Amino acid sequence: MSLMGGFVRRPWRLAAEVSALLIAAVVAFPLYWMVLNAFKPAGEIESTEPRPWTSEPSLDSFRRVFGQQEFGRYFVNSIVVVCSVVLASALIAFLAATAVTRFRFRFRTTLLIMFLVAQMVPVEALTIPLFFQMRDLGQLNTLGSLILPHIAFSLPFAIWMLRGFVKAVPEALEEAAYIDGASRARFLWQILFPLVLPGLAATSVFSFISAWNDFLFAKSFIISDTSQSTLPMALLVFYKPDEPDWGGVMAASTVMTIPVLIFFVLVQRRLVSGLGGAVKD
Amino acid sequence: MTTHDALTGRGTATEAPPAGPRRRGPGWTPWLYLAPALVLLGGLLVYPIYQLGLMSLLEYTQAQVSGGEPTTFQGLGNYTMLFTDEQFWQVLLATVVFAAACVVSTLAVGCALAVLLTRVRAVPRLALMLAALGAWATPAVTGSTVWLMLFDPDFGPVNRVLGTGDHSWTYGRFSAFALVLLEVVWCSFPFVMVTVYAGIRAVPSEVLEAASLDGASQWRIWRSVLAPMLRPILVVVTIQSVIWDFKLFTQIYVMTNGGGIAGQNLVLNVYAYQKAFASSQYSLGSAIGVVMLVILMAVTLVYLRLLRRQGEEL
Repeated sequence: MSLMGGFVRRPWRLAAEVSALLIAAVVAFPLYWMVLNAFKPAGEIESTEPRPWTSEPSLDSFRRVFGQQEFGRYFVNSIVVVCSVVLASALIAFLAATAVTRFRFRFRTTLLIMFLVAQMVPVEALTIPLFFQMRDLGQLNTLGSLILPHIAFSLPFAIWMLRGFVKAVPEALEEAAYIDGASRARFLWQILFPLVLPGLAATSVFSFISAWNDFLFAKSFIISDTSQSTLPMALLVFYKPDEPDWGGVMAASTVMTIPVLIFFVLVQRRLVSGLGGAVKD
Repeated sequence: MTTHDALTGRGTATEAPPAGPRRRGPGWTPWLYLAPALVLLGGLLVYPIYQLGLMSLLEYTQAQVSGGEPTTFQGLGNYTMLFTDEQFWQVLLATVVFAAACVVSTLAVGCALAVLLTRVRAVPRLALMLAALGAWATPAVTGSTVWLMLFDPDFGPVNRVLGTGDHSWTYGRFSAFALVLLEVVWCSFPFVMVTVYAGIRAVPSEVLEAASLDGASQWRIWRSVLAPMLRPILVVVTIQSVIWDFKLFTQIYVMTNGGGIAGQNLVLNVYAYQKAFASSQYSLGSAIGVVMLVILMAVTLVYLRLLRRQGEEL
C-alpha cells in the first residue's frame, strides 16, 4: 500500500503516522470549531473559557439564522446561481473541448494558447468594467449578473481540463460510429458525452466552488436589492467586526460549507485522478 | 507520445483512414461547437479587458456615472496620479511580499505533506486526505470568519491556549497579515498536496527503491529524484498559487475588515475595490486593475516559456 513502506524503518513510520494524524487533527480543527460553535448555546460561546465540547447542544443559532434576513432565500439564490453555472459551463466547455481536440482547423493552436492565457486573467480586476456592463444590460441586482460572468470565467480552465478526457476516447470509436451510420450530433451526445461525464464531474468542482464562494461579484453587483443576495453576503449580516454574533456566523458558515463538502465527497475520487491527468497532460 | 502527436497534429490527421464525414474536412463544425464559448468569453472577458484599459485613461467618477459631467480623456493622468501616490507603492510592495510569503508557505506545507502521505499506511493517509479536502472545500468567506473566531481576542481558543490574554491579532499590521496567511495556507495547501501526491504516485517505485538502496536520505531522494521528475507538476501548482495569492480579495476584505486599520493591510485587489466602489474613483480603480493584469500576464509569459522549455507542445 504505502509507496516506500518497505524501506522506511519501523520507528520512523510510526513517527510519520502519528504526525500525519496530528496534522489531520490540526487541519480539521477549524471546521470542528465551526460546527461546535454553531451548536453551542449563546452563553457558552461568549465565555472567556472556551471549551472544546458542549454539554447542551442547541439549535438556537440555526433558528436565528433561518429566522432572519431571508436567509432561506439567499440559500436558494446561491443554489440557483451554482446550478446554472455548473450545468451551462459543463455543456459549453464540453462542446468547445470537443472542437479543439477532435477537429483540425486553422487557429486551433492559437485558440488553445488563448484559453491558457485566459485562465490567468485576474477576473477580479474586471469587476469595474463588468459592473458598468451589467448596468447597461439591465442585469444589476439580478442573479444573471452573477451567473453570466461565472460561466464565462470558468470556461478556459474547464476546456483545458476536459481536453484530456475527450482525447482519451479512441478515434476508432468515432470512426466505428460513423460507419454504423451515426450522425455527428448522435456521436456527440450519445457516445462521447457519456464517456466524458466523469471528467465533467471533476471539472465542475472548480466552477461550483468559484460560483458558490464568490464574494466580490456578489458584493459589487447586488447593490440595492438584497432579495437577490447570495450566501456569502448573508453570512456577513451576522458578522459585525465590533460585535460579531459568533453563534449566528458559525451556524451560517456551517450551512454554507455543507453543500460544498457533500459535492467534494461525491466527486473526490474523480477529482484526484482527474487533476493528475490534467496536470500530466 | 500519442498525446503529443494529437496535440501537434503530426500523426493522427495523416494516419487516420479517410472515413466518414472526416474526409470532407471539419468545415464549420468546430466553430459551431466553439461558438457559445467564444461569444461568452468575448463578451465577458475580452470586452471588459478593453473597457478596463479604456476607463483607466478617462476621468470617470460619480459625476460622470450619473451624467452630471461629461467624460473626459485623461491620457495617462490616472497612472501619473497612481505612481506618484506613496500609498500605491506601499500597497504594491505589501501585495508582492504577502503573496510571495503565501506561495512559499503553501508549497512547503503542501509538498511536505504529500511526501508524508506516501510514507504512512491507509488510515492516517485517509484522515489527512479527508481533513485536507474539508479545508479545501471550505468557502473563503466561511474560512475567514472561522479563523477570526479562533483568534478572537475574548472568546477564541488560541488566546486561551497561548495564554495571551485578550491580545487582538488583527490590530497590528504584521500579526493581521500573519493571520490571513495562516488562513490562506490552510485553504490552499490541499490543492498542492493532492496534486503533488498524485504526481509522486505516478513515479515508478523502482526508481525510489534504487535510490533508497543506494543509501540516499529522504531529503536527498526528494531533491535529486522526485523534484526533477515532478517539475512539470511543481511548475503548475506554483503558477496557480502565485495567481491565486496575488489577487486575494475575500480573506483580506473579511478578516481585516476591508483593508485593516487605516488601510495597513490593503492588497492591490482590495485597494482597487476601495478606490472604485467605496470612493467612486472608477478610473483610478481601473488603472490599479490594469497594473494587476500586466503583472499577472508577465507571470503567465514566464509560465508559457517554462512549459515550452519542457518540450510541451500545444
